Amino acid sequence: MSVSLEHYLILSALLFCIGLYGALSRRNTIVILMSIEIMLNAVNVALVAFSRYIVPLVLTGQVFALFVMVVAAAEVAVGLAIIIALYRSRETVDVEQADLMKG
Amino acid sequence: MPHQVPWLIWLSPMFSFIIISLILRPFFNHHPKLSGYTTIAAIGISCFLSFWVLIEVLKAPGHRLEIPDIQWVVIEDGISIHLGLIVDALTAVMLIVVSVVSLLIQIYSQGYMHGDPGYPRYYAFMSLFTGFMLGLVMADNLVFLFLFWEGVGLCSYLLIGFWFHRPAAANAAKKAFIVTRLGDFGFLAAILFLFYHTGTFDIERLHSLAIAGTLAGTTLTWAALGIFSGAAGKSAQFPLHTWLPDAMEGPTPVSALIHAATMVAAGVFLVARFFPLFEHSKVALTIVAVIGAFTAIFAASMGLVMNDIKRVVAYSTISQLGYMMLGLGVSGVAVGIFHLFNHAFFKALLFLGAGSVNHATGTFDIREMGGLRRVMPWTYITFIIAALSLAGIYPLSGFWSKDEILIYSFKTQPFLFTLALITVFMTAFYIFRVVFVVFGGEYRGTKLAHHSEHKLHESPAVMVIPMVILAFFSAVSGWLNLTGNFGEFLGHGEARGLLEGFFGILGKPLPWLSLIVAGLGIYLAYAMYSTRRISPEAVGRTFVPLYTTLSRKYWFDELYERIFVGKTLVNGLFVGLEAFDTYAVDGSVNGIADKTIATGRALSRVQTGQLQLYGLFIAMGIVAITICFYFFG
Repeated sequence: MSVSLEHYLILSALLFCIGLYGALSRRNTIVILMSIEIMLNAVNVALVAFSRYIVPLVLTGQVFALFVMVVAAAEVAVGLAIIIALYRSRETVDVEQADLMKG
Repeated sequence: MPHQVPWLIWLSPMFSFIIISLILRPFFNHHPKLSGYTTIAAIGISCFLSFWVLIEVLKAPGHRLEIPDIQWVVIEDGISIHLGLIVDALTAVMLIVVSVVSLLIQIYSQGYMHGDPGYPRYYAFMSLFTGFMLGLVMADNLVFLFLFWEGVGLCSYLLIGFWFHRPAAANAAKKAFIVTRLGDFGFLAAILFLFYHTGTFDIERLHSLAIAGTLAGTTLTWAALGIFSGAAGKSAQFPLHTWLPDAMEGPTPVSALIHAATMVAAGVFLVARFFPLFEHSKVALTIVAVIGAFTAIFAASMGLVMNDIKRVVAYSTISQLGYMMLGLGVSGVAVGIFHLFNHAFFKALLFLGAGSVNHATGTFDIREMGGLRRVMPWTYITFIIAALSLAGIYPLSGFWSKDEILIYSFKTQPFLFTLALITVFMTAFYIFRVVFVVFGGEYRGTKLAHHSEHKLHESPAVMVIPMVILAFFSAVSGWLNLTGNFGEFLGHGEARGLLEGFFGILGKPLPWLSLIVAGLGIYLAYAMYSTRRISPEAVGRTFVPLYTTLSRKYWFDELYERIFVGKTLVNGLFVGLEAFDTYAVDGSVNGIADKTIATGRALSRVQTGQLQLYGLFIAMGIVAITICFYFFG
């Protein structure tokens, strides 16, 4: 049994769902950030798979995946900074406590 | 004559207005005299050109000139508004009246308004007024006419309220504007009504339609009555007369020009201009005559008891305007306009005389005057001439036109003739009451008492000379119709010899009757106020209710202010409107706002502040969109 595009896409979808579930259900902000990283990597898997299987001669997907990683790294830096700031002001990183925008 | 001449007549004062308000007032304010000179020069040009036009009209066949017009507004195919001028006999006469009287009054104003801080503003408005008024008498279509009509109304408002820091003047200006607006509403309605029925604004076309009988019956009557309502407002005819006495709050030369000689006469002019329409509607013509005669006696009766010299003359103006309306109603354009022509001179002179007296004594109250004949001989003589002319004494100008009105009303409306004859008596009495009280006896003033009498002085030459010129016109302007050619010029008149015209009239009984009645009026005034054989106070006490009624002006001000404005408008209509505003307008606006706020408050509960809930919604949204695309896309 050879590994086809569908397998990669199913893997990507599963990863994405796991990440989404984590992002929506965990209360710890750091874990939410990690979940978002999983979602981004799920997208990377899909991008590389598409690139490899549909247009094998050009590297658009791969290059794009690299870009996503760069952006993800930057995002983590900003996200962690926000979390530290949040912790300093509220003494907690529980996302349910950060509800100042409640209507 | 170049076709530009009639245009230039009314544009010249307009340019003067523009020059004063845009150049002289902002940049040469420390030379206020310049604005006076500009105005006088501009109106001098108008006056010169008016005489030129008059000569041309006299020579022209049918006494009218064709002036090519300018297309102004095209409403749709075939219906357009032209800017054009009628130059016919009526226009020529009015041009002379307006430009000559205006010129003399501008010269007089240099003395009267000397040192007033609003000097350039005064002259700017006077120029504007003269321009509008000259345009008014030449306009050849209703839209154009109405524009000028409102323009003179505006200038009247501005000039009555010239000393706007005085509440009385500001209120009088408002009153004049609002009351005349009531009449103008009828006029505007008539214009639209005529346009609806005939499809034209052109005055001469309307004339020919009325003459041909196309425009007839109730349509014509209603249109004529609408026009008359505008005329009644402008000419202060009953029941819209209340504004004119209050308008005396303005500077006296303004009263002389606008509220005696020209603008108030515009109502009479309007009826004369549309005379073919009135002529073909017996009802409308009768109403004009009846309102005229009633106003004449009604206003004269109030003039009997006023103590303010300008108010006496103002009531006299209303009364004389009533006479003109009566003249138009019973006989036609020539008689009414002839009286307008003569009246313009002697009434302007009476006002200038009142202004001159005020200049010396600082008051308008005749009880504060007296004995001025010695210190102000020129004012005295000219005032006497104007008063005799107003009273209708042979052979001064007022006699000739008043006599014609009496003769024609005797022939057609004997009852109105009786009213007019009583008015002759009252007129003679009230104006000579003023003459005897102001100029006779000894000085009674308290305002200048500590300065003693030698402070009283004759007015400067710049004021006296225009008065003397006007006195000359007041004496002789009636002689223009001696041979019947003034009447012929305006359409109908009986030709007669010069001497026959001058002396022949004394052979008839009716002129003698009016002369005797006027003489009695003067004698009564003499007996009451000069020799004091009859005590005025005793007369006042004997007829207390009558005296109170007259001096309170038949309670018309109270009627209008309390009943119409107070009860009907403020407490009736305005309360209803206020309720509508509060509950319907504000209610709907506030209701919408309240509902929006409530909806927002309800929806804001969705905003939990829970980040993950938002994320969930976003995810669910995306899933929903994807499913939709999958199944329906």
